[in-house]
Amino acid sequence: MSRVLGRIFVASLARRRLATALSLFAIALGVALGLAVQIIHGAALDEFGRGMRLLAGEADLQVAGPRDGFDDALYGRLAMRDEVADASPVVELEVRLPAHDRSLPIFGIDALRVARVHPALMPQVDEARRDGAALAALQSDALFLSPAAEAELGVSAGERLEVLAGTRVVSLRVAGAVPGAGQGRVLAVMDIAAAQQLFGRSGRITRIDLSLKPGIDVAAARDALAPGLPAGVEVLTPRASEALAAGLSRAYRVNLTMLAAIALVTGGFLVFSTQFLAVARRRQEFAFLRALGLERGALMRGLLVEGAVVGFAGGLLGIALGHGFAAVAFDVAGGDLGAGYFSGMTPALRFDLPASGTYLLLGVLAGLAGAWLPAREARRMLPARALKSGDEASMFRFHPRPRRAAACLAGAAVLCLLPPLGGVPVFGYLAVALILVGAVLVLPMLVRGVTRIASRPRRALWRLANARLAAAPGQGVVAGAGVVASVALAVAMAIMVASFRDSVDRWLTAVLPADLYVSASPQGTSGFLDPAALARIAALPGVSRTMPVRFDTVRLDDRHLPVSLIARPLDGGRLLPLVGLATPPPVGEKPAWVSEAMADLFALGAGDRLVLPLGGNPVAFRVAGVWRDYARQQGAVAIELADYRAATGDLVANDVGVFLAAGTSFDTVAAAVRDILGENAVRIASPGEIRARSLAIFDRTFLVTYAMEAVAVLIGLFGVSTSFAVLAIARRKEFGVLRHLGMTRGEVGRLITLEGVLTAAAGTALGLVAGTAVAFVLIEVVNRQSFHWSMDLHVPFGGLLVFAAIVIALAGLAARVSGYQAMRGSAVLAVREDW
Amino acid sequence: MFEIDDLKKGFGTAGARALFEGLSMRVQRGECVAIMGESGVGKSTLLNCMAGLEPADGGSIRLDGSELVGLGDDALAGLRRRSFGFVFQAFHILPHLDVAQNVALPLWLLDVDDAEADRRARAMLERVGLRDRARDWPRELSGGELQRVAIARALVHRPSLVLADEPTGNLDPGRAAGVLDLLLECIRDAGAMGILVTHSQAAALRADRILRLTAGGLLPEAERT
Repeated sequence: MSRVLGRIFVASLARRRLATALSLFAIALGVALGLAVQIIHGAALDEFGRGMRLLAGEADLQVAGPRDGFDDALYGRLAMRDEVADASPVVELEVRLPAHDRSLPIFGIDALRVARVHPALMPQVDEARRDGAALAALQSDALFLSPAAEAELGVSAGERLEVLAGTRVVSLRVAGAVPGAGQGRVLAVMDIAAAQQLFGRSGRITRIDLSLKPGIDVAAARDALAPGLPAGVEVLTPRASEALAAGLSRAYRVNLTMLAAIALVTGGFLVFSTQFLAVARRRQEFAFLRALGLERGALMRGLLVEGAVVGFAGGLLGIALGHGFAAVAFDVAGGDLGAGYFSGMTPALRFDLPASGTYLLLGVLAGLAGAWLPAREARRMLPARALKSGDEASMFRFHPRPRRAAACLAGAAVLCLLPPLGGVPVFGYLAVALILVGAVLVLPMLVRGVTRIASRPRRALWRLANARLAAAPGQGVVAGAGVVASVALAVAMAIMVASFRDSVDRWLTAVLPADLYVSASPQGTSGFLDPAALARIAALPGVSRTMPVRFDTVRLDDRHLPVSLIARPLDGGRLLPLVGLATPPPVGEKPAWVSEAMADLFALGAGDRLVLPLGGNPVAFRVAGVWRDYARQQGAVAIELADYRAATGDLVANDVGVFLAAGTSFDTVAAAVRDILGENAVRIASPGEIRARSLAIFDRTFLVTYAMEAVAVLIGLFGVSTSFAVLAIARRKEFGVLRHLGMTRGEVGRLITLEGVLTAAAGTALGLVAGTAVAFVLIEVVNRQSFHWSMDLHVPFGGLLVFAAIVIALAGLAARVSGYQAMRGSAVLAVREDW
Repeated sequence: MFEIDDLKKGFGTAGARALFEGLSMRVQRGECVAIMGESGVGKSTLLNCMAGLEPADGGSIRLDGSELVGLGDDALAGLRRRSFGFVFQAFHILPHLDVAQNVALPLWLLDVDDAEADRRARAMLERVGLRDRARDWPRELSGGELQRVAIARALVHRPSLVLADEPTGNLDPGRAAGVLDLLLECIRDAGAMGILVTHSQAAALRADRILRLTAGGLLPEAERT
């Protein structure tokens, strides 16, 4: 058998070089994309986890509160607890660097305690510049940079670094390094008291890391500590913190993995179409082998081995390509592939043996899956009949399966109603798969419909094309299914992305009502506008009114990440992009508007009671509506600024929106703001600039999606091209007869093109319909369950029609080029071969 | 009339080695000529040259006074479409067309309308004894029936010349005689000319004349003997 395998089956792959190479390359691309996504996210997550562990150090538990921090008196109380061996307070700050147009994470630490709880953050004083100070690390202007921060900022020990505190620019002295931070982590460390004082955080810390006494059970200690904590402060294990933070990017990672999987499935389909057509072509050869005594099972195994060999070789190539793609993607888009989940990290690329092994296996499985139906078809063949001319036509008499198609579509509809599994829209993806399968099952019916239309013209070419497609719809299915799958995918992504972009655009217009925005530190903590600065801006000539915005985070429980708190004038919710109707709260109750993500994650709806920890105290609100927010996947709650100030006494703002008086120019007021606050202290932007910047980020985020989609469409077109190439070769005798009967080469070429165009038209029409259905599932189920945001359907009709026309034209061209090769040979030789 | 004069055909680079040369023959309307010869002597190549499917290296081929040698590919295709009919050893019936459509195919290529093409195809099928099989698929027919379909297809458009390459080579002797008689009868009835290339003496004897292709040229069978 092994000799037969080698000489009959595997050797045939070498004879069909073009088809084999395209199948192999398609699988390689699928494997490469999936593996690259896996490698990149694996490395980014590893680095992310390392960073989290580095910051957690030896801590068994972390006590964490809102971004603005909590009363540092809690530190003293926890340090005295019997369970606690050591406690280390931390102030985490994202500090704007005016000279570098970026921010730097600074950790305010207690230098006397940090060594025992998180030694990696231990600052090391530069001995050459100690200047005789005994406790150099405790000096108020001393800053210690990690090696990565030194490298990225180009600042070294002894030099100074300017940071923004409120609207003041302060110069800090680089007094040494944080060698334990490793090479990939950009951060700085300074004394906690100095940080509190400098950045207006006196008496407030953001985190306490606890290491427990030996023998103390972590879970029990956590349960014991939790009741005594102020509102909005939670006690977590470092692992839970890491899982929560990493979970934020999971939906995005799953989405990209699914796209890669679709590319791999398309590759498997290509194996199917080439194997199916090869089996049709080699039918008499197989019948002869069966007549010579080859068992059915051996024939099937031989064909499966062919598929597996293609899958294995494609998998090996894909592993090499995948690592190459990952290396390029690291350089171009970073470890988060442009999505912004892991910014500030520089993960290292390494060979991932388990992932490579898994994807190699997936490549083999794709090859096997593609070869399965053709092998089964060959197994069922009756040798006596197959030896006769024209029996291969029986392979292409696909029967329409309307019931199965209807069952697939009904199943997809039911799956759309099911909730996500572990935050992942598993059933949504299954629904997408069922829609695609249903569409392929509908294809034979559609091909028949197309042939009826095609039969109307009385030209010989149309009649011949019609007769062929009607008698052998299977050929249309084999060639057209690749078109259906790739067009559906492309259309679905195009509609989804267009809907998303359109919705984001309109959302930005709604959330940016002012004429000019002054930002002290974009959602960060080190820059802020104090009441005096706000008053000076409001008093500027040409300013009709201002809208201060305060950003913070609040922790509602230990099972979710902190949600964003946005406090600003909201005019009873009229200044928010609400989804559905607003429900004003009863008189005397304070309104809060939750984002769709928050509504989903915390099961909240209009009218529900919501308690927010503000200023260390629980404050009751009533949910007055749900609003659309594309910026904060972990959820956001918006409240009136007056309610926030009343509850917290915090009068500062991060941003202020400025409404200009009629006739006042943007530039005049922007210049006036810079005059009073300083050139580098704030950023000033128009809503148009913010919108353009946001949409650029949006497009960058979808860059990888576009690239992967393009690859899947490319593989689909490979499929069409390969199918027609193999079909054309298999039909050489038919073309030879037609040439004998008086058809010119040009007419035969036009016949092949016509068949390609008709097949592609049927596939494209179905792909457009299926793609719209898939887009609906992506928008209403996958995105909703993955990212918790809704969007309005926006179909880019013009673009889709152009795309459809291009696909049909390319398919016709592919058929024509493929046919050209088949017609190059002599018509005489073609008919001389046995039919 | 179909005329060949001083025909030359070689093979190898630029026809360096002569396969045949100096071939001449005439076929009259209503006449069927059989060409015999040893394997490899060039019978099928000669047939292909006659049909304009292979270019001759020299000489002249004329059908009803029109010269074929030197015509372009498309012109030759047009001539084949109008004036030639073919019958192959392996039938070459297109499997995705039903029996009537296969027969109507040459009429389609001549842009004959559907109803007329179908009427004429059915008439030809009746002529070859397959009236009831018009809507059957080729896979449902026996070898003898398939060759009858091929005969109907070769004659449905009333060609001037029918070229048959081993038309009974795939049939048993019993059926071969019947099919060959039918082919020759149809050609004569249509007033066409027939050229039959065959190995079979029995088949050749049913033709009006037998020519034998040898290294010395196309010789009448009687002269050779």
